[in-house]
Amino acid sequence: MAETNRKQLLSGNEAIARGAYESGVLFASAYPGTPSTEILENLISYDGIYCEWSPNEKVALEVGVGSCYAGARTLVAMKHVGVNVAADPLFTLSYTGIRGGLVLVTADDPELHSSQNEQDNRNYAKFAKVPMLEPADSQEAKDYVALALDISEQFDTPVLLRSTTRISHSQSPVSFSEPDRTTHAGKVSLVKDPQRLVMLPANARKRHVVVEARMEKLREFADTFGENIMEINDADTGIITAGIAYQYAKEIFPNASFLKLGMVYPLPEKLIREFAGKVKRLLVIEELDPFIEEQVRAMGIEVSGKDSIPILGELNPDIVASSLSGYVFSESVPVEKPELPPRPPNMCPGCPHRGVFYALSRRKAFVTGDIGCYTLAFLPPLQAIDTCLCMGASIGHAVGIDKVMGKEGKGKVAAVIGDSTFFHSGITPLIDAAYNRSSATICILDNRTTAMTGAQENPGTGKTLMGQDTQRVDIPALAKSLGISRVSTVDPYDMKRTMEVVTEELDADEISVIISEAPCVLLKGARRDEWNVLTVDHEKCTGCKACIMLGCPAIGWDSEGENSKGRKGRSVIDEMLCIGCTMCRQLCKFDAIVKA
Amino acid sequence: MTDTITNILMTGVGGQGIIMASNILSEALLAAGHDVKKSEVHGMAQRGGSVVSHVRFGNKVYSPLIRKGEVDILYCLEILEALRYTDYLKKDSIVILNNYRLNPPSVSLGAQTYPEGIPELMRKHFPRTTLIEGVELAKEAGNPKTVSTVILGHLSRYIDIPDDTWADVMKDRLPSKILEVNQKAFDAGRAVKKVA
Repeated sequence: MAETNRKQLLSGNEAIARGAYESGVLFASAYPGTPSTEILENLISYDGIYCEWSPNEKVALEVGVGSCYAGARTLVAMKHVGVNVAADPLFTLSYTGIRGGLVLVTADDPELHSSQNEQDNRNYAKFAKVPMLEPADSQEAKDYVALALDISEQFDTPVLLRSTTRISHSQSPVSFSEPDRTTHAGKVSLVKDPQRLVMLPANARKRHVVVEARMEKLREFADTFGENIMEINDADTGIITAGIAYQYAKEIFPNASFLKLGMVYPLPEKLIREFAGKVKRLLVIEELDPFIEEQVRAMGIEVSGKDSIPILGELNPDIVASSLSGYVFSESVPVEKPELPPRPPNMCPGCPHRGVFYALSRRKAFVTGDIGCYTLAFLPPLQAIDTCLCMGASIGHAVGIDKVMGKEGKGKVAAVIGDSTFFHSGITPLIDAAYNRSSATICILDNRTTAMTGAQENPGTGKTLMGQDTQRVDIPALAKSLGISRVSTVDPYDMKRTMEVVTEELDADEISVIISEAPCVLLKGARRDEWNVLTVDHEKCTGCKACIMLGCPAIGWDSEGENSKGRKGRSVIDEMLCIGCTMCRQLCKFDAIVKA
Repeated sequence: MTDTITNILMTGVGGQGIIMASNILSEALLAAGHDVKKSEVHGMAQRGGSVVSHVRFGNKVYSPLIRKGEVDILYCLEILEALRYTDYLKKDSIVILNNYRLNPPSVSLGAQTYPEGIPELMRKHFPRTTLIEGVELAKEAGNPKTVSTVILGHLSRYIDIPDDTWADVMKDRLPSKILEVNQKAFDAGRAVKKVA
């Protein structure tokens, strides 16, 4: 890594990793999730920090808590919805407190760039009674990790560090500090402290008293915290803001007075009163919920914000400007243009998932879906995903639907779940399915990676985050150990066999598990030797569109070209995109798809 | 305050090399002594979706996002992805357009049509548009995948960064295996005539 004195351009996530290194973190755990994934991916490049992908966020926090109970400075990272999974340990960790400092990074995703909801995790700080810091650029992202760990140890509490997509994935210059890798390393030890760490009711009642006293101290601390900064300019308008919203507000109202909060929970009440007293009109500019605004109003201070600033989606300078002043400064040139075709993300050419979805689509099954690339099978023409709620939900949904539908639902209900999502939270509902004698069909799409977030290792890949070889979970053996007898594996590139297995298992009267085994095509070595780039023989293409129904980005429709029947309309294959997986060739009844 | 800030919007399709090009540009701007912010959303975009990167530099940059109507330079690798972002442009924006068309899925499936005449439309509204045969130039340089570097090379003509700085940053950011071909691609784009 680079020397300390020159500024480096870092993303918020890279900066958080650097901050963890500089402040002596010894242990880091996470489950990959956009926009948080790059934190641990960057942290492994520093020496002396144990890093792991845990199977899910709850486990990530629990192993992190173990590390902090043993005295090590610890960082745990996850996306916003991951905190829902980790909420159980988080709420009681607030009671036990820590030994080594513990920072939990929550990377929120306003605008749902790559998420199923846009919950505002600042609410967790209040709910779990845990302080929260929120950086506004990469420099602060780095610096706040150190501050969070100091606060954690000073007040004996976990600390939340909230990022958002726009912080995590924006780059800005960062000055480095000299790393301190020794001061905290010496504190690792086993210390028995059952009154504090065993949360039986009698102990926990006493700890709740401690939590409330701690919050009181933290409220006082917030008033003097150096990152809650008052900047008095024009006294007409005073803006309270934090995180990325500060940057937009500063851009639009350069002359206004600001109270920029580095700590968004608890709020600095004295400072807010002082600031309110210095300005005529008080405004809160914040993304998503009126989290700060409602608390300021509860202090009895007149304030506005969400009456004009949207509660939905990300803010940006245009939205801040137009919602607050009705003033849209734009030199945009009006361009008359037709409705533009959207360009959504898509399953890749040659994606192994396509084989299973094609079979399910042909069967017109009701497919309960899950979180991963395969959710994109929702798009036309496959349209083979009917639900997507949260990690691991597909299997439970299928069990519930199958139970209430009874005979009516027979042969119609299938769940699809990827390997990493299955390890995350699909195993417990599979136990439910087996135990409660469901007759649903569970398809586990095992592409041997966590593809959606950019190919991270998982318990099925045989490698750890730090590159160590390890054993792989044997999914068929796991399913059998639950008492499921109908367990089959298919090669999804064998379209005929995949169709047969899907049909047989849907028609079966008991629970069945189908494991689709083929690596993600983006992985090294996934392309098979026998695969050659394909093209369409237009002497033979009848324009039947069978291949089009795969929804492969490499296959297009040429509506003007003449087909073998002498009519307009034929398929074309983009040779730049095709990887030769042969699924389309297997579907063509006219042998029109040939080696390019 | 915005007078001192230059706004560059970079658009294209996932996989075309926007992120690498915007990384090199931002690093070069930082090395040349500017405050820089760069923002893009990854994740889903890796799957062939629309990709956009905002790069802003100057004395002091606050927002990482550019306002509509305030783009100074549009760097664009696919023509439909230029038309998608015209709200961000102003009359005298410099538009650097790679003459390349990639059908979105709805067009491939025959459900929607790809608009015709995009380069002409862009020229009509934005007179400072340069159309570059980037794929051809990239092929001539030795690898069609260097198209993002070709267009970056042309963009470099509008920004005051020393040649050595560009060279250093490319050396730093690119694997040695593909450095030379990218240097050639950069020079090929740089040789394309500037607009007035």
